[in-house]
Amino acid sequence: MFEKVLLRNAGVPGSERIDVYLSRGGYQALPQALARTPAELIDMVKRSGLRGRGGAGFPSGLKWGFMPTDPAITKYVCVNTDEGEPGTFKDRQLVEQDPHQVIEGVIITSYAVGAHRAFVYIRGEFFDGMKRWVKAIADAYERGYLGRDILGSGYGLDLSVHRGAGAYICGEETAMIESLEGKRGQPRKKPPFPAQAGLFGRPTLVHNVETLCNVPHIVQRGPEWYAGIGTPKSTGPKIFCVSGHVNRPGNYELPLGAPLREIIFEHAGGVRGGRAIKAVIPGGSSTPMLTPDQLDTPMDFESLAQAGSMLGTGAVIVIGEGTCMVDVTRRIARFFAHESCGYCAPCRVGTRRLAETLERVETGQGRPGDLDLLAGLCEGIQGRTFCPLGDAAAAPVRRSLELFRGEFEAHIRSAC
Amino acid sequence: MSPTRQVQDPAKRAMLLTALYIAQEQYGHLSEEAIQRVSARLGLSPTEVLSTASFYTLYNRQPSARYRIQVCAGLSCHLCDGAESLERQVRQKLGLAEGQDRTKDGRFSVETVECLAACDTAPNLRINDELFARLSPEATDALLDRLMKE
Ligand SMILES: Cc1cc2nc3c(=O)[nH]c(=O)nc-3n(C[C@H](O)[C@H](O)[C@H](O)COP(=O)(O)O)c2cc1C
Ligand code: SF4
Ligand code: FES
Repeated sequence: MFEKVLLRNAGVPGSERIDVYLSRGGYQALPQALARTPAELIDMVKRSGLRGRGGAGFPSGLKWGFMPTDPAITKYVCVNTDEGEPGTFKDRQLVEQDPHQVIEGVIITSYAVGAHRAFVYIRGEFFDGMKRWVKAIADAYERGYLGRDILGSGYGLDLSVHRGAGAYICGEETAMIESLEGKRGQPRKKPPFPAQAGLFGRPTLVHNVETLCNVPHIVQRGPEWYAGIGTPKSTGPKIFCVSGHVNRPGNYELPLGAPLREIIFEHAGGVRGGRAIKAVIPGGSSTPMLTPDQLDTPMDFESLAQAGSMLGTGAVIVIGEGTCMVDVTRRIARFFAHESCGYCAPCRVGTRRLAETLERVETGQGRPGDLDLLAGLCEGIQGRTFCPLGDAAAAPVRRSLELFRGEFEAHIRSAC
Repeated sequence: MSPTRQVQDPAKRAMLLTALYIAQEQYGHLSEEAIQRVSARLGLSPTEVLSTASFYTLYNRQPSARYRIQVCAGLSCHLCDGAESLERQVRQKLGLAEGQDRTKDGRFSVETVECLAACDTAPNLRINDELFARLSPEATDALLDRLMKE
């Protein structure tokens, strides 16, 4: 059986407390990291193959390498705790149950890129997470893991928590930076990328909570150990958030590349009521659905791309036989229409029209040309929006129309 | 950059979201007066403050009900008999007519929100700052009974 790495403390009584973290071997990677040079650490992360867990899967070591090395340049690190992708609930568990693991990751990462200031951006709705962050940071300061001259190394780091206020788009890294600056959370044009000019115009490294949790383990157990987990291109452990029609919904940590079937049946206890599976959303609601014949797909970045979808955040939503797919698709479209920041027209207008049209079809008011209209709207959004939210909205609708066209057509004749 | 544009202090501006939370806490909601005070303190125009506040859903321009019920309308909750059917049950229990989202006595309000990142315990709803999970129709009934008696 796979020995848990990221969730090894989760569920242990008092796992959020610094003493429990220490008693379970926490903060041991930090002195090891501080004894190395930043360049060595960047090289270790590159060799580990670690890729971002926030949705895009960008190689982390490469991203660290984009940060300027000149110590005279002020640099920042941001911790993305905005988790809002429907179906995803891993970062919340990591922060609530093991905040010190995240902090240890933040300190090592900041040291490696030469940042002396780091910011946590937390989703406004996470009251418990907010409290955990504040307490954990205060304890880390008290024990000398944060502040000036960490563990006598001469390196210093300040970390503070900033609360978002209810906007999914603020999870996108440039929108988050705008929000941290006290503005509307509208994405910025790239380039310049945050590593060139991010928060307050300074080079900024943004990472997802789960990504940062991997860092202490890579330092402590070595990049070769890490790269040995998962597949050659998708290395390391991954938390899969399983929800929907399963018997045991929850977070399951497994090596990347674990087959979807194993996640659903061995870990999440199979489908409720012994029903057959109709469709599975593999990586959060912005990733196109898979069908039952694709259950053997290994859950890694490459295999899911090959299967016509994406690993995304690893949020597996299982949809059982007997579910109305028009209804499911309408739900997904409504989310994106609600969360479009309104800055660019193809997304602002397109997502709204997708949602309206699907609502109409779902309630039996569909018109004969509606399916072509939907396909046309997807066409008009994909590749034409300012940030990736537009594509995220169109891709699942498009897939669902292809897979369940008959069901949509029947709905236009009469609602189910 | 145009010379007429006022140069802002970025550190002050970065306080805006926090300042809005504090004002909302003090005034109960972001009233005209609250907005005025925040803009004066941070040296921003009231329009700018409002423009930012209106981008975010957690800032309220109206006073909140004592019990603000937020039903998760996310897909996972929807698949687990939550979302619309949960909302329907809540509304029925509180005696809310269609289009009405607040009880006459102003004690309860009902709205839907997007995924609360607790899909493993679906169906969920939130009342003020507290999450209520795994809500069966019976549990929802009991929960509302308790609050209605208070
Ligand atoms: C619309 C949108 C929403 C996003 N939401 C989140 C989020 O809630 N949490 C997150 O970590 N990344 C989110 N991302 C990805 C971030 O932009 C960024 O890629 C990520 O935080 C980088 O961290 P990583 O390299 O560790 O994955 C989102 C991206 C987009 C386009
Ligand atoms: S694609 Fe949507 S969310 Fe992104 S900038 Fe345009 S309107 Fe905003
Ligand atoms: S869908 Fe309701 S918590 Fe995620």
